[in-house]
Amino acid sequence: MKTPVNAIRCTGWAGKNGIGIARRLRNNIAMGAMVMSAVLVIAPLIMILTYLAARGAGSLNWAFFTHIPTPVGENGGGMANAIAGSGMILLIASAIGMPIGIGSGVFLAEYGRNRLGDILRFTADVLNGVPSIVLGVTAYSLLVVTQKHFSAFAGGVALAIMMIPTISRSTEEMLLMVPHSIREAALGLGIPRWRTIVSVVLPAAKSGIVTGMMLGFSRVAGETAPLLFTAFGNQFWNWSPTRPTAALPLQIYTYAISPFDEWHRMAWAGALVLILLIVGTVAVVRLVTARSLYKVMV
Amino acid sequence: MTSGGIRVERLNAWFGDKQALRDISINIEGYHTTAIIGPSGCGKSTFVRCLNRMHEVNPLARAGGRVFIGNTDIYANGTTPVEVRRRVGMVFQKPNPFPTMSIYDNVAAGLKLNGWERGRRLGEVVEQALRRAALWDEVKDDLKQKSGASLSGGQQQRLCIARALAVEPEVLLMDEPASALDPMATAKIEDLLFELKQSVTVVIVTHNMQQAARVAEFTGFFLMGELVEFDRTEQMFTRPRDKRTEDYVTGRFG
Repeated sequence: MKTPVNAIRCTGWAGKNGIGIARRLRNNIAMGAMVMSAVLVIAPLIMILTYLAARGAGSLNWAFFTHIPTPVGENGGGMANAIAGSGMILLIASAIGMPIGIGSGVFLAEYGRNRLGDILRFTADVLNGVPSIVLGVTAYSLLVVTQKHFSAFAGGVALAIMMIPTISRSTEEMLLMVPHSIREAALGLGIPRWRTIVSVVLPAAKSGIVTGMMLGFSRVAGETAPLLFTAFGNQFWNWSPTRPTAALPLQIYTYAISPFDEWHRMAWAGALVLILLIVGTVAVVRLVTARSLYKVMV
Repeated sequence: MTSGGIRVERLNAWFGDKQALRDISINIEGYHTTAIIGPSGCGKSTFVRCLNRMHEVNPLARAGGRVFIGNTDIYANGTTPVEVRRRVGMVFQKPNPFPTMSIYDNVAAGLKLNGWERGRRLGEVVEQALRRAALWDEVKDDLKQKSGASLSGGQQQRLCIARALAVEPEVLLMDEPASALDPMATAKIEDLLFELKQSVTVVIVTHNMQQAARVAEFTGFFLMGELVEFDRTEQMFTRPRDKRTEDYVTGRFG
């Protein structure tokens, strides 16, 4: 952050010309308060990461990523099936939730200045506040009960429902930030409205929309409650989306409430891996989109 | 009427309850430049936006009357704004290149996004449009590498002109195209207007009377939503028939 530092230098320079110590002081206090707020935002994440690393890193080894859980009393084993299961569930959730979220966001921003838009906006905000366990129960009654078995698909649907309001509202915000003049430029060329939205407005808001998608993704990636009676968990490998599936948060939950020390250590390791996987995914996606944007800007 | 001309009959426009244009009738000569002058809020922007139905972008705006581009009534039933805007291009007050597109893609956008690029040599169309907008020599080396937004303000505005020209409109509407530019960039745009009127009819809104005098053969003076006077430019500035025109062009108000 180079700008604030320069801002301080500027005031310092003005101070020499007699603009006043009081103003410099005020500036420094305000600056200090903002730096402190920034630190307070980052601090919890760093604390969580260091604590998790301290408790969990010791149990991390190659087997953790390649082996499935062992029975109680037997040492070793890993969470390979839970990592893969989480990946599958999140893939299903993203495949369902992201298109619907972005689509409804586009509708809200471009065609939503009416009663239907207001209703949709209100619904999304309410949905955002629904406890995640309720979404789990919803997916349970919609899918698990009707299909008579737990499945990764049901888990994915529960997470997708959770993802949609976040992505929808952030997409709307990002699209509304695209200057009106850009839309007019396209409409003025005789480009139809839908084409203007798809080829001009959406690309202009791309990085913001991707940020919203990542927000939605990381919000659901660590969820346990919606998976309890949907994906259900599994101690073994499963690659079928129609069968009960292990997931990292579920596995952490199961291990953390168990009475065994070895399982507790595995839970810490699992939590560390989960948070690193989420941070990693978000970082990679942002890097890739930032680069493709960079290419056009320079 | 001559080809490329615009005939406006009793055009009225409203924003909500507020009437912005009153009974405008005017014959704009094809392949000439016509300036629209008047004080802020007199309806000159609304007027040109009614010529390609861009005012309809604002949901509160309504217009009534008839506007003929060539022989087509652009407000006739069954005529869509999209068709109209393909024939009547527009350049806006602030340069507005598409920020995510390269220079090349900006110019090609009108053809590509309308699905007209098939069977054409797009590269040639882009080059020709950029030449007509007097921008080719400055950008030819990094057409596809540089973003339209990386150009200077004046270059961006000429890029927007090239983008409008690439779809070969019959009419080019310019809404104060130089008001955000420095004098050098303004001069470049005025220069290219002399070339442009060989092939398109230009209607330019300006609050700068010197500019109107320099670039336009005809000038219309708007005041409070009415067309006060419309004549050859030298007539307007030397022997205005209406007292209000005289007051305005001599700088007594506005």
